[in-house]
Amino acid sequence: MAAEPDLWSGRLALGWLIGGEWRFHPGRFVLTAVAIAVGVALGFAVHLINGSALASFDGAVRGVGGGAELSVRAASPLGFDEALYPRVARAAGVRDASPVVKLDARIGSARLTLLGLDVIRAAAVTPALVGIAPERGNDAMFAEDAVFLSRAALAQTGAKIGAHVAVTANGRSVPLRVAGTLPGAGDTAVLGVIDIAAAQWRFGRLGTLDRIDLAVSDRAAAESALRGLPGATLSAAEAQNAQGDVLSRAYRVNLDMLALVALLTGGFLVYSAQSLSVARRQRAFALLRTLGMPRGGVVAAVAVEGLAIGVVGAGAGLVTGYVMAWAALRWFGGDLGAGYFGGGVVRLAFQPGAALGFFALGLAAAALGSAIPARLAARAAPAAALKNAGDVLDPRARVAWWPAAVLLVVGGAVALLPPVGGLPLFGFAGMALLLAGGVAGVPWFARVLLTPLARRSGGAVPRRLAIRHLHGAPNDAATALCGIVASTALMIAMATMITSFRGAVDDWLGQVLGADLYLRTSAGAVFDPATQARLSATPGVARAAFSRQLPLTIVPDRPPITLIARPERGAHDPLLVLIAPAVPLPTGARPVWVSEPAQRLYGWNPGDSVTLPIGGGARFTVAGVWRDYGRQTGAVLVDAHDYQRLTGDTGRDELAAMLRPGADTGAVTAAIQARLPADLRDQVEITRPATLRRFALTLFDRSFAVTYLLEAIAILVGLAGVAATISAQTMAREREFGMLRHLGLTRRQLTAMLATEGALVGLTGALAGIALGLVLAQVLIHVINPQSFNFTMSTRIPFGTLAAVAAALSGAAAATAILAGRRATARGAVQSVREDW
Amino acid sequence: MLRWIAGLALAAVAPAATPYPVVRPGITLRFPQDHGAHPAFRTEWWYVTGWLRTARGDDLGFQVTFFRTRPQTDPRNPSRFAPTQVLFAHAALSDAKTGRLFHGERVARAGFGLAQAREGDADVAIRDWRMRRLPDGRWATQVNADGFALTLALSPTQPPLPQGQGGYSRKGPRPEEASYYYSIPHLRVSGRVTRAGTTEPVTGEAWLDREWSSDYLAPEAQGWDWTGLNFDDGSALMAFRIRRKGGGTLWAGGALRRADGTRSVFAPGDVSFRPLAIWRSPATGATYPVAQQLSVRLADGIHRWRLQPLFAAQELDTRGSGMPVYWEGAVRTQGGRGYLELTGYAKALAM
Repeated sequence: MAAEPDLWSGRLALGWLIGGEWRFHPGRFVLTAVAIAVGVALGFAVHLINGSALASFDGAVRGVGGGAELSVRAASPLGFDEALYPRVARAAGVRDASPVVKLDARIGSARLTLLGLDVIRAAAVTPALVGIAPERGNDAMFAEDAVFLSRAALAQTGAKIGAHVAVTANGRSVPLRVAGTLPGAGDTAVLGVIDIAAAQWRFGRLGTLDRIDLAVSDRAAAESALRGLPGATLSAAEAQNAQGDVLSRAYRVNLDMLALVALLTGGFLVYSAQSLSVARRQRAFALLRTLGMPRGGVVAAVAVEGLAIGVVGAGAGLVTGYVMAWAALRWFGGDLGAGYFGGGVVRLAFQPGAALGFFALGLAAAALGSAIPARLAARAAPAAALKNAGDVLDPRARVAWWPAAVLLVVGGAVALLPPVGGLPLFGFAGMALLLAGGVAGVPWFARVLLTPLARRSGGAVPRRLAIRHLHGAPNDAATALCGIVASTALMIAMATMITSFRGAVDDWLGQVLGADLYLRTSAGAVFDPATQARLSATPGVARAAFSRQLPLTIVPDRPPITLIARPERGAHDPLLVLIAPAVPLPTGARPVWVSEPAQRLYGWNPGDSVTLPIGGGARFTVAGVWRDYGRQTGAVLVDAHDYQRLTGDTGRDELAAMLRPGADTGAVTAAIQARLPADLRDQVEITRPATLRRFALTLFDRSFAVTYLLEAIAILVGLAGVAATISAQTMAREREFGMLRHLGLTRRQLTAMLATEGALVGLTGALAGIALGLVLAQVLIHVINPQSFNFTMSTRIPFGTLAAVAAALSGAAAATAILAGRRATARGAVQSVREDW
Repeated sequence: MLRWIAGLALAAVAPAATPYPVVRPGITLRFPQDHGAHPAFRTEWWYVTGWLRTARGDDLGFQVTFFRTRPQTDPRNPSRFAPTQVLFAHAALSDAKTGRLFHGERVARAGFGLAQAREGDADVAIRDWRMRRLPDGRWATQVNADGFALTLALSPTQPPLPQGQGGYSRKGPRPEEASYYYSIPHLRVSGRVTRAGTTEPVTGEAWLDREWSSDYLAPEAQGWDWTGLNFDDGSALMAFRIRRKGGGTLWAGGALRRADGTRSVFAPGDVSFRPLAIWRSPATGATYPVAQQLSVRLADGIHRWRLQPLFAAQELDTRGSGMPVYWEGAVRTQGGRGYLELTGYAKALAM
C-alpha cells in the first residue's frame, strides 16, 4: 500500500472530475437530488402530519378529560346510575370525586363535547375544566343557563362571550348564555361546560352520570376498590390517549411506509443515474488510475457525489416536507381526510428527531445508491477499462437466478409471521424482501424474456438491432429496469389492494343496504315508542326495523366498539350476512352476533360466552360472525328485545324501512316526514340506500386519497428515473449511432431502433413489475390489511390499471429513447465517429 | 380559581329579588330546633373557636367552622345535583410554639349523603368532617385536614347566650341588615389533636357562635372586627364592629354576660376598637390590626381590654374553597382568653 500514492495527493484530479461532471451534466444531479428530495419530503410531511394530528388528538382528549389521572367511565352513552357517585366518592384510596355528565352536542353546525360538572368538585379534581367569567359575573357558575366554552369551541361556533346560543344535545335544544371561557382546556378541545344539575335536567339525563373523575390518595387501593362497577369501567388518563393511538396507528404506519416507498424509489434513481455516470466515465477513471490515482479515489469521487446529492436532496426535502405538511393540515385536516380524529383543530408541531431521521434516510438512500456503482468502477482493471467503455458482462454467461429466488422465498415466509404490537411489521419486512428479490431477479428475467427474441432471425433491422443490444448488454438494461420494476410493483400492489378493498366494500354495501329507506337521528335524538309505532304504520311501509347504535367500551385503552340493537330473534334478517356459520345456541342463551373486526380484536368466536357492559354486565353467546367494513374498531349486534330488557332504553336512533311493492318512495318519504313529531323533524335525516352507498364510497375514496397521491408520486419518480436512465444511456451511445449511420442505417431506422429498445425496456419492466406487484398485493390483502384494520377480503385484479401501466411505461420509455436519440443522432455521422473523449 | 363561590355565596343581590326570608326582630330562639339548620335563609354558620392545652402544657388555638349557603337556583330543577344548599367548612390550628397556623377546608353541594346540614338539631357534615350535637347535649366535632386532625367534645357549662334583642342582631343601618345570633361561651373541651402523625389528648375552653341571615352586610360595609372572650370568672363578652368602606365604623354591637347570668347589651356607640399593632401578611399583602384595644361603655363606666394575639400570623386564605381571606386568631386579654376575627382587610366583603 505504501507504494501507492495516497488519496490526498489525488484530490486535485478528484476535484476536477467531480466539478467537471457537475458543470457539464447539472441536469442529472438536479434530477437525482429531486428524487431524494421528493422521498424525504413525502416521508417527513406524512410523519409531521400524523404526529401533529396525534398530538392534537391527545390534547383534545386531555382537554375533555381535564387532567384527572383516574376516571370511572360509563361503558356506553347510556351512562350509569348516579347512585354510584357516593359509592365511588367514599371508596378507599379516593381523595375526591367529581361527577360528570358528558354529552355530544352541537351549537349551530359546530360539534362539541358538553360536560355537566359540579364546579366545586371539578375545582378539586379537574381544575382545568373550571370556567372563568371575564367580568364579575361569578354567580354564573351555578347559573342554569350559563355555558363556558373552550377556545376551540368559541372559534368553531363563532360565539362571543355574553352571546346567547342554542345548544343541542340528546335530542333537546336549550338556549344558553356564553358566560366565559375554559382557559385550562387547551387549544384543541372543542368543549363546553355547564352545571351538572342543569345538564341533567335540561338535556334529559336525570339520575344518570357518564363519568366520575377521581383524585386519589392511594391509586392501588382505589383501583382495587373500584373494580367491577356496573355499567362503568375504571380507566386511566393514559388509556384515553392510547385509544387515539390504537385507532389510527395502523393507518399512520401504512402512510409512513408508503412515504418510504417514494424514498426507496428515489434511491433506485440515484443508483441508476450514478451507475450510468460511472459507466460513461469508466475511461476517465481508468486514465486517472493509470496516471497514479489510487483505487480509493474512484470510490471517493462517486461517494462524494452521492453524498452531495443526498445532502442537497434531503435538505430540500425537509423544507418541502414541512411546507407540504403545513399546507395539508391547512386544507385537508390532521387525518388527511380519513376521519380518524374527528373535527379537532390540528396545529403543526415540528419534530426535530423525525427531521434528523428523514435527513439520514435521504442521505443513506443517496449514499447507498452511489456505493454500488462506485465499487463496480473501482473493481475494473484500469487497462481494460481504458479500451472498453461498454458492458462488462458477457452475454453468454448465465445470469444467476438463485439470489432473487432466495430473497423471494424468505420474503414470503417472513410476511406470514404474526403482527407485532398490532402492527404488521413482518408484513412490511416481507414486502421489502420480496421487492429486493424481485429487483435482483430483473437481469435474469430480462434475459429469459429476450433470449427467444434474440434467437429469432429475420424481421426489420432496427428491431433486431434493438433486441441484440438489450440482450448483449443486460446490465445497462437492468440498471434502468430496477427503478421501473420497484415503483411499478409497489403501485400495482397498492392498486390491487385498493381495488379488492373497494370492491369488497361495494358488495358489502349492496348486501347491508337492503332496505328502501333509512332514517337516522342526529345529536342524540331518539324515536320514542309512540313515534316508532306511528312510523311503522305509515302507509306504504311493509316492514320497519328500528335499531339503536351505541359506542360501548369493552377495554379502557381501546376505542369503543359499536353496539347495535335490532329485532333479530325469530325473524330471519336478510341484511345479516354471516361469514362464520351460525352455531346452534344452548337454550336460554342470549345471542350476540359479532362483526369480523370484533372477532379478530377480542377473540370472540362462535359459541363463545361474552359479557357486555350493558344492564350491569350481561352474558351473551356468540351466535355468528358478520362481515363489516364500516366499523374498524368492532361492532356487536344484539336483539332489540334483549337490549330493551337489559337497559330499559326504549329509544331508537335508526329506522330501516322496506316499502310495499309499488309504493312511491317520494310519497312515503313525505308521509314519514309528516308523521315525525315537530321537535324531531329537523334532527332526522331520511336517505335512500343509493345515497348512503355513494356516501360510503366517497368516504372510502377520501380515506385513500392520500394513498393515491403518494402512489402517483412514487410512479412519477419511477418514470423520471426511467427517462433519466434511458436518455443518459442513449446519449452515451453517440459513437455507436455514428458507426451505424456509416454502415447504412438511416436516421429514421436509428430512431425506430431506439424506440423499440425503449419500449422493450419499458415493457420488460412493466411485466416484471406487474408480476411482482401482484405478489406484493397478496401480502397487502392477506397480511397487512387484516393485521392493520381487521378486515379480510378476496383479491380483485384491476386489469385496466395493469394494461394502462404497461402501456404508459413502455410508451414513456420509448418516447424518452426517441427524444434522446434525436439529440444523439443530430450531429453528422462523421463527426460522431471522430469524436474522441 | 374559585373566587366565584365567594362571589356566589356573598354576592350582593338586590333585596327586592331575594327569595330569602328576611331577618326581623321579635323572635324567640327555640332549642334544639335552632341548633339545626335554617335552609331557607341565605347564609348560616356553626362557628367554634377556642383554646386547647396539651398534656405538656402547650397552648393551641383552634377553629372549626361549618358554613351553609343557599344559592339562587331554579326550584323546578328535579336533579339531585341541583345546588339548593352549598356547605363549606374551615378548620385551623394555631401552634404558639412554632408560630404556625395549620388550616384545611372542605366544600360541597349538599346531597347524596356526602354533605348535609340537618334541620331540627345540629348535625352538619361534609364527607368525614362533621359537627353535631349529641343527645346528651354535648357538641362533637371531627375534622381531618392535611397535616392535622381534631376530634373534640364540647360540653356546655352555661345556657346559650342570645345576642342582640333576644337573638335578633343588627349589622347595619337598615333593620333587615341583621342576623339571628346566639353564642354558647365557656364550652369545656376534651379530645385529641393529631399533628404530623402524632395524636395527643387535649383539654380547653371554647366558644360557639351560631348565626343565620339573608342579608348580613350593608352594601357600604367593608368587613368586620369581632371578638368572643371567655373570662376566668365565668363571664363572657362578645363585641363586633362593621367597618365602613373608606374607613370608620358603620355599625357595632355586642353583649357581656356576667357569671351570675346578668346581661348587658351594647349599643353601636358603646363599642370601639383601637389598633395597637399592625401585621402585614407576606402571603396576601393585607395588613391586619392583630392587637387591639377594645373599649366598651357599661353602666359603671368605660371598660378596656387589650387583645394580644397568641402570634401574629393567623391569617386564613380560603379562596381555594371559594371563601375570602381573613384573620382568625387566638388572643389573650386581662383575665380571659378568646378569639379575634378580622375580615375585609384583603378585599371588601359582600354578604
